[in-house]
Amino acid sequence: MTDIQSYQVPASLAEATAILANGDVSILAGGTDLMLQKNLHGGTLMNIRRLEELHGIQLSGNTIRIGAVTTITKILESPLIEKHLPILHEATNHFASVQIRNAGTIGGNICNASPAGDTLIPLLVLDAQVELASAADTRLIPIADFFIAPGKTSREPGELLTAIHIPQPAEGFVACFEKFGSRPALDISTVSIGIGGILQDSKLQAARVAFGAVAPIPLLAKKTMAAIENQTLDVDGIQTIATAARDEVNPIDDVRASAWYRKELIHNLTRKVLQNVANT
Amino acid sequence: MSLTREINFTLNGSPVKVTVPVTMNTLTLLREQLNLTGTKYGCGEGECGACTILMDGVSVNACLMFAVDCDGRQLTTVEGLLTDCDSDPLRNAFVEKGGVQCGFCSPGMMMQATHILKQNPNADREQIQRGLEGNLCRCTGYKKIVDAVASVSKHED
Repeated sequence: MTDIQSYQVPASLAEATAILANGDVSILAGGTDLMLQKNLHGGTLMNIRRLEELHGIQLSGNTIRIGAVTTITKILESPLIEKHLPILHEATNHFASVQIRNAGTIGGNICNASPAGDTLIPLLVLDAQVELASAADTRLIPIADFFIAPGKTSREPGELLTAIHIPQPAEGFVACFEKFGSRPALDISTVSIGIGGILQDSKLQAARVAFGAVAPIPLLAKKTMAAIENQTLDVDGIQTIATAARDEVNPIDDVRASAWYRKELIHNLTRKVLQNVANT
Repeated sequence: MSLTREINFTLNGSPVKVTVPVTMNTLTLLREQLNLTGTKYGCGEGECGACTILMDGVSVNACLMFAVDCDGRQLTTVEGLLTDCDSDPLRNAFVEKGGVQCGFCSPGMMMQATHILKQNPNADREQIQRGLEGNLCRCTGYKKIVDAVASVSKHED
């Protein structure tokens, strides 16, 4: 590990952003990803795990706000999330293992920016925004604009991801998440897929589609979303959309699957999820 | 020289004061600095669950926890779980049901089983299986481990 010169445990958000403004910092929350990174960047290790301001899940107005260091277990067990955001509930239920869910945080899952990150697909489908705080101000950006490359985000070095804002879905919104791997637990997804929208007259309106592990970033699948627009979800319509999904993704060969296999999985899972949605 | 920090925490009910490198993991602290070798090193990356401990009452992988973050917390290891081995129902269930073969995964299994039953004393077989997903065993095929935990659960089949 890099030689850490300083270990800081800020007592408030203001203190944390002041530390970030002063130089390059490795941020410790749950630690489940950070521990395995052999080279911590920066001379300061800053532990934000116990910052009260970054904990908790609240519904205010039409927005659900999840503090960045809320653990995956807390989200899984939240009646608010289960009721309003069942697709996020479902993704947290198949996240790693109990031990990792008890430590790992949603902010960490987002900032780690893995193309296969389990919560990222539902958050893209739900059109979430990430809240970034610096010593100077706070900004909100759509999560689809947050990911740049594997492990790289548009978070500035002086910024801290403090929360995730999720708009409460409109009346009639349905969404489905599917993860494909060799076993349900502790497996990095071979691919994952999330589809949501408002089902009306056998069509999915205002559809949102996201794919995991088929691109350098968790992908908001805009071409597939366009293909769903005004398409009746019958056998032919679903086939047209599934073909568009297969054409949109450009995965790689790796130890978990070949690119060809991933494209077939995206095609088949898109068809399966749309059939499920059409039958709801 | 790596940076160190003095931390204070409660380990198996007793206060501990120790100085640790800030990048050290809790498994290394337990095994190499505090000589508590009941918690096992399996994979070192959170895949196997052999190092499962309780941190403030919930199960975590000790290999993925920064030791410096133990400061102010309550930790329980397998040594703290079994203060009275002969009368421990979970320990006896593992023995009676044949849930132990080589024994390497057993401390982690016992810690995770403790977590599962603490969260839900009525856990059924499926809930026990899901709860043990993060613990690997290469000997038993899991059935006897699940049998052991299920026999301690208040759930009636």
